[in-house]
Order: sequence, then structure tokens, then C-alpha cells
Amino acid sequence: MRRWLAAVSITMVSVLGLAACGGGGGSTTPAGQSPAASGGKQQVEVFSWWTGPGEADGLQAMRKIFEEKNPNYTFFDAAVAGGSGDKAKALLQSKLQASTPPDTFQGHAGAELQGYIKAGNLEDLTSLYDELKLKDAFPAQLVEQISVEGKIYSVPVNIHRSNVLWFNPAVLKDAGVAAAPKTIEEFIAALEKVKAKGKVPLSIGSEWTVTHLMESVLLGSLGTDAYNALFKPGADWNSPEVTKALENFAKILSYAGDPQDDWQPAAKQVADGDAAFNIMGDWAYGYFHNPPEGGLGKTSKTDFDWAPAPGTEGTYLWLSDSFTLPKGAKNREGALAWLKVAASKEGQDAFNPKKGSIPARKDADQSLYTDYLGDALKDWSSNKLAGSIQHGVAVNQPWLAAINEAVGLFIASKDAKALQQGLADAATANAQ
Amino acid sequence: MLVRRARTWLPGLLLVTPSIVLIGVFVYGMLGWNFRVAMTDQHDAVSEGKFVGLQNFVDIWDLPRWHLSVNHAIMFTVVFVLGALLLGWLLAFLMEKGIRGEGTFRAIYLFPMAISFVATGIVWRWLMNSGTGERAVGLNRLFDWIGLPQWQWFRDPDWGMAAMALPAIWQMSGYVMALFLAGFRGVPEELREAARVDGCTEWGVYRHVVLPLLRPVTLSALIILGHISLKVFDLIVAVSGKQIITDVPAVFMWVAVFDSNDPAKGATIASYIVLSVAIFVIPYLVWSVRKERRS
Repeated sequence: MRRWLAAVSITMVSVLGLAACGGGGGSTTPAGQSPAASGGKQQVEVFSWWTGPGEADGLQAMRKIFEEKNPNYTFFDAAVAGGSGDKAKALLQSKLQASTPPDTFQGHAGAELQGYIKAGNLEDLTSLYDELKLKDAFPAQLVEQISVEGKIYSVPVNIHRSNVLWFNPAVLKDAGVAAAPKTIEEFIAALEKVKAKGKVPLSIGSEWTVTHLMESVLLGSLGTDAYNALFKPGADWNSPEVTKALENFAKILSYAGDPQDDWQPAAKQVADGDAAFNIMGDWAYGYFHNPPEGGLGKTSKTDFDWAPAPGTEGTYLWLSDSFTLPKGAKNREGALAWLKVAASKEGQDAFNPKKGSIPARKDADQSLYTDYLGDALKDWSSNKLAGSIQHGVAVNQPWLAAINEAVGLFIASKDAKALQQGLADAATANAQ
Repeated sequence: MLVRRARTWLPGLLLVTPSIVLIGVFVYGMLGWNFRVAMTDQHDAVSEGKFVGLQNFVDIWDLPRWHLSVNHAIMFTVVFVLGALLLGWLLAFLMEKGIRGEGTFRAIYLFPMAISFVATGIVWRWLMNSGTGERAVGLNRLFDWIGLPQWQWFRDPDWGMAAMALPAIWQMSGYVMALFLAGFRGVPEELREAARVDGCTEWGVYRHVVLPLLRPVTLSALIILGHISLKVFDLIVAVSGKQIITDVPAVFMWVAVFDSNDPAKGATIASYIVLSVAIFVIPYLVWSVRKERRS
């Protein structure tokens, strides 16, 4: 009899335990957070990957404005740590699949959102754009490049630039390079001169930084219109122009130093005077310029300097963080209120100087943006626009994965023909 | 009568039912689901997917990246399994020769097992930093001091995966040592003495008496190391991230599912990983079941 009892009770305990686990997983988010958290206020869950220095401060600045303007809402910070949102995106995927989306989530503006749009996860924000007259506030080319079949699904908060050539003026002077190279040919000549001096001509990091380099070389070789045309359906990646551009890329990459662990050590080689050039997005400015712990504490123009990547002057190869409105958001009104702050001049001017980027709006307060950001703001309002590959503007996620694969294989094989074939196949499989 | 008979088997059944249900759903159910997805053409997140048989299993051999990752997995497995077996055996051999403070040494060699592959990977990423010359840190700096040539480690295009196996060897050889040590101790002293009396050298004792008796232990170690090695993921991601230069099937699977949004391709790779592990595990299971029956 006692054995019986023991067996039954153990079974019961384990079944109950299971039920508790199962129930807990499903119910915490909807039941635990949304309703009337503090004194009748409603929560707005904002999902992002802004946890690093600078970006988290920017988010807090925007939060302050949001809570001042909307006293009946509280901001719930659902940020997930991890650069470029790898981990955040995986968690978001599971939340969306369980139909418990956050009220609004961060995503790179442009093609990266296509997967969510196709799966029906996002609401069309065109009416919000009309209400706030955002189509006039953002550059027309930007609105065009983030539209999908005439609809817009996200509100860009900031703009980063991908095609920036960072260089060490002292190393250049030493090698007899008078100024930052303006064309691909000048760039190759300069790399050769630096090589003769025994310094690293071009520093690179892990494989994604090589894709990042490739997008600048493609843009510099092809020109803005031909570059943008590559991402239209039926584009010809097998053209002789692309062949030439990839030969340039192979040539430039042959001057690269040993790959570093990530973009920071690669940028540091330039700051330390070990390397002459590095092509990296303008988030590198904060790393060069900010005081130690957060950055290297270098002086701009003397310790490090910048120019548009060779052959890309007059074009802003852009990427942007944006916020969306998921279908089935628990607090849709609250999310819309957040999007209004994120789209406003006040919100963007609070966020961007801290994050080290420029606002997407054309009417920003110029006095807030100095040094590199001053240059960037000037170029943003006058330049032609082209979308970044590596950072989700021009290509969707599967396409980017295929491009990264082709570039990764190229680093090992050095076979430019196979790279072109890989890129062409990636485009045929994924362009839409 | 019926009640009395039920008394003998029912409590036992009730006790194991929860785990049968859990394993049934979360191991075999998921495995079946995975094979089902692998046999469809569900190549994006939204489509339903039609049955295409073994098409995906054939098509994947056309991908240059698949060949690369399989070659990497083979090199990693060979270096890791042989390295850990040899080092583990050597450590056990030295221990067995009666070193002073054996308990302490045993603990020291076993401790790495307590660390996760992720932590090991993060430390070894620094140790195996590919910087050379002035910028050398970690092992390259050490090599510089003692005058050995510096190396690219896991970034070496040809032998990178052999370097990647070093942290795994470091972590698992203590475990292999413990297995072998138990095995050595299990060899009766009488057998060795008999061999010595018959004029066998000390080496001969090991070669002809101890090693053959260690065969079951070696087999267990081989299987444990082999299956860890074929599905290695966390170590690779911690050391190098998802870069092609250190690509293995498990990393490729992750990229296929979460970056390329291609569930069918990911499931196909997962199926190949399961099958390759099964090659190691199933003969072992058959062998151990037979042995149990015999005794």
C-alpha cells in the first residue's frame, strides 16, 4: 500500500511540475506586465537592443520626453543586450510566433523588415506618416527606399553612414600620401605606398567587416545609380561592371592586414598608427573619440581623420534604426504615442547626439551636431542616398546571409569569379 | 488476482511514465518533426511546404559551404578525439605510476570539465588571438618570448580547425584521464605479475595485458568524445562567431534557420548531424545490450 501511495504521489508531483512550467512560460508576459502597473498607468513595452554606452543614454533621453508628453503611460524598457541585435532578433522571433509581440520593436529600416512584413507581423504606418507629415520631414529618397509596395512599416529614428574611410594622418604623411584618396585607383596607389613603408595598409575585422568593405567598394566602383539598381528585381549581377568592381575589391582586400576579432580592434590599429586605413560605419567615431573605457580618447583630425570611402563622395550609404507597430500589440495606442515621439524633432534631437548618429529628419537642430556629426548632417541633406547591404537596408535577411556566405568563402578561396557567381545566385534566389 | 498482478508492475510504470512522455514528446517527437520538415520544400518562414522526399539531402551536397563545414567537422573530430584520448591516456598512465599528491592532480585535471564550452571558448579566443609581432597577445606572445614561430591559430586557412580543437582537448582530456585511470585500476595486479614472471618487459605488460583490457573504456571514451565533437556549436560560436572560416554543420544549421529563414535546409543539416552521431552511438548501444544479455 505504501509503495502505491509513494508512486502515485511522485507521479502527481511531476505532472503538476510540468503543468506549472508549461503554464508559466506562456502566461508571464501578457498577464504579468500589461495592465495598470502603477496607479492606473498603462505600460508601453519598447523592445530594442540599445544597452551599450551612448545608445542606452539616448533611449533614456527619448523615454523622458515620452513620459512627459504622455503622463498616463509608463515606459517599459525591454532591451536585450548584444551588438546589432542578434540575440534580440532571436527572442523577438519567438515572441512573434507566440503572438505575444512587444508593443513596438526596433529593426533596421528597409529590406530587413521584409520577413516580418511578409509574415503579416507589422501594421502599415502610412496613415501615421500622413498625420505627422513625415513624408515631408524625411528626405524623399529615404521614404522611397523604406517603402514596400507603396506602404511604410517603420519610423526611422537615426541615420548611420556606412561608407566612411577612417585613416591615420601621420601614417599617410609618412608614406607620402598627400590626402585621403578620392577614387578607387588613388586608393589602391595609396595602399601600395603604405605597404612599402611596412605598415598595415588596410585593417579588417571579422568576416562581416569584409562584407561592409565590399559594399563601399561596390558603390565606389559602380556609382550610385548602378549600385541601387543591383537590388531591383531582375538586376544583372553578372555584368562586366560588377566583375570590375569585384576585381577592385579583391585587389583592395589583398592589402588587408591579419583579420582582427571584430571592428573595434581593427579601428584601433588605425588609431594606434599600426594601420593606415579602415572602412567602417560612423559608429567608429564614438569609439575613436569618446574618453577611455567607452572609447579610445583620440583627437579628431590629428590622431584620426575621415573621408567618404573612395569613389563614393556625394553619396550617403545609409542605415537606420527604426521602430515598428506589430499587429496585436497589447497597447496599440501607447505604441503609437511612442512612435510619435520617435518621429518628432524633439525626440530625435534628444536621442541622436548621445547615440552618435544623426536624425532622419531634415529639420534637426544643427548646433547639437559637431565635429564628425556636423559633416554627416551636412552630407545627409545634400547627398544622394544608397542603402547598406550589411546593415539591412538594401537586402533582406536571407539575402544577406547568402552574401555573407559568398564573401566568407571568397576570403578563403580568393576566387573573384566564384564570388560573383555566389552574389548573382543570392540575388536570383532572394530579390523581389 | 488482477489487482495483485497489477501491484507488481503498475507502480513501476507510473514512476517512469512522466519521463517516457517527456522523452517521447521532446526527443523522439521533435526528431520526427525535424525529419518531416527536412523532407519538405519549406524554404521560407511562411510557406507550408510540400513533401519532396530526400531532395534536400541530395541538394545540399551542391553547396560549397556544406563541403567546407563537413571537412571542418572531420578535421575537428579527428584532432579532438585523438588528442583527448592520447593526452588523457598519458595523464592516466603517469598517475597510475604512483605520483605523489595524486588526488590533487586528479582534481586539477578534472576541473576544466566543470566549465562550459562557452566560458572555455571566450578564454581561448584571447589565448589564440591571431595578432603577431608587436600586437601579439596570449599564446602568440608566449611563443614570441620562447622563440617559437607565431601562428594564425583558428584563422589559419588550412589548419584552423585543428587549432579550434585545442580548447576542446584541454577541457575533455581530464575526463578521459578519469575513465582510463578507473580502467587501469580495474586490471588485476595478478595479471601483470604473471606477465612479468613470464619475462615480459614493462612496456610489454601495457601493450599485451593492460591495453586489451582497456578496450571497453577506450570505446566509451571514443563514443562520448565523438558525439560531442560532431555536434560542436557553443565552442565555435564563442571563439569565432558564425564565420565561414570555422564553419561546422551545427553553425551552418543555425544560420540556415535564423538568418536565411530556411527551415527545410536547417532541418536537413540537423538530420545529417543526428545521423552522423547515430553512427557512433548505435553500434555502442547494440554492443552494450548484447554484453548485458551475456552476463
